[in-house]
Amino acid sequence: MIRIRDLGVKYGNETALENIDLDIPKNKTCAIIGPSGCGKTTLLYTMAGLIVPSSGKVLINGEELKSTRKETGVILQNGGLLPWKTAWDNVALGLKARGMDKAEINGKVSAILEELGILEHRDKYPNQISGGQRQRVSIARTLVLEPDLLLMDEASSSLDAINREHIQNLILKLYMKNPATMVMVTHSIEEAVFLGQTIVIMERAAIKHIIENPYFGDEDIRTKPEYYNICLEVRKWLSKELSKEEEDK
Amino acid sequence: MKVFEKLLRSRSLFGSLSILILWYVLHLAIGSKIIPGPFETIVTFFHLMTGSLLLHILSSILRITVAIVLSMGIGIPLGLWMGLSKRADSFISPIAYILYPIPKVAFLPLFMVLFGLGNSSKIILILSIIVFQIILAVRDGVKEIPKEYFYSVATLGLNRWQIYSSLVFPAVLPKIMSALRVSIGVSIATLFFSENYATTYGIGYFIMNCWVMVDYVEMFAGILAMSLMGTFIFKAVDWAEGKICPWV
Repeated sequence: MIRIRDLGVKYGNETALENIDLDIPKNKTCAIIGPSGCGKTTLLYTMAGLIVPSSGKVLINGEELKSTRKETGVILQNGGLLPWKTAWDNVALGLKARGMDKAEINGKVSAILEELGILEHRDKYPNQISGGQRQRVSIARTLVLEPDLLLMDEASSSLDAINREHIQNLILKLYMKNPATMVMVTHSIEEAVFLGQTIVIMERAAIKHIIENPYFGDEDIRTKPEYYNICLEVRKWLSKELSKEEEDK
Repeated sequence: MKVFEKLLRSRSLFGSLSILILWYVLHLAIGSKIIPGPFETIVTFFHLMTGSLLLHILSSILRITVAIVLSMGIGIPLGLWMGLSKRADSFISPIAYILYPIPKVAFLPLFMVLFGLGNSSKIILILSIIVFQIILAVRDGVKEIPKEYFYSVATLGLNRWQIYSSLVFPAVLPKIMSALRVSIGVSIATLFFSENYATTYGIGYFIMNCWVMVDYVEMFAGILAMSLMGTFIFKAVDWAEGKICPWV
């Protein structure tokens, strides 16, 4: 599904990504984790076609990515909901942009809002609903377009612990029901292990290590010791990176 | 006690009553015809409103409304263009910065020669002052739109026109309403000045004419009318904002 070859991104003189090679098979999930400023969000935005690489390429289904593609859904860190549109209008926006007729839009938007348990908030503006509900609306807005690739930038980071787990469970449930290729950027080890079949650990502008997670898909994994073992392994790789950074300073 | 509490809760009524009391105290303290009492002024105001004062107010409201509508018609597209295009901004901003601080009232004689003695020169004077506020407010409003909103609509597949209608224009609407509020105050002051020349209609003319005729009660009735006109326009903008920007 996704093939990244020798990818580099520069912001002026600053190197944000360098020599990135990564393969993500179709309908698999991948969690990207790393310290702040390591380039994980840049990598996700490049996969979304929002950032043009300065070298290398991103291939999706064999085609080189030149700009955003309609089949890629992106959930941004703060949801990216437009404050002047109600929950309903935010979810309907992408469908309207695709020129879909009104009856079809109504049916699809109602169904997804119902599925995510936010139909009752359909006429509310984003500032009138809670953080968790807002995040559900942004998930609904993306899923209603039935993307084949779902990119998430710290989708649950602005939520409290309980809501964070609810959203993670919801994402897993939705994935199990309709599998799609999913790439998420997170700074939470627990989230990366819960939602990532592959866990990519990044260091400054590069990929440091990749861990395969055989326990992915078990909703009750949080109560099992295997889960903590993988969390520990991810933590170990991250701490190595952090201590190396401190030594360099 | 309950009546007093209700008064306190109604902010407009409380404000009006406070001004009336202050006015009455000033009237008593000065003890001169130059500040007539509120009661006789209000009676005169209602009496005049059935006659000529209403026409003066309507002429002024017409001039302000036309000037504001034209300023928005010019200022909003220009501001949007400057906000979205660095090239347009680098070209137009220096011109706007040089022209904006010039006291445009000094150009009234020129405007009267160029656009005639009638309504056009007065409207163009107001326009020349407020259009810059609207241009700069809209430009800054566009520049302040968070980048993540542009990313958000780009990933949803919106085309250029849809980005304007669903993102850029709604994002700057509250800024336009704020600029409008500031512009109204400036417009009324400019209108008052411009209506002192080459017209026999308009609230500015009415007030200054009463002053020349040493009719202070009617002059104050005119000031009261001007204040109510300003309040009415402000309330209209508030109402419009509630309707078109319900998320604010």
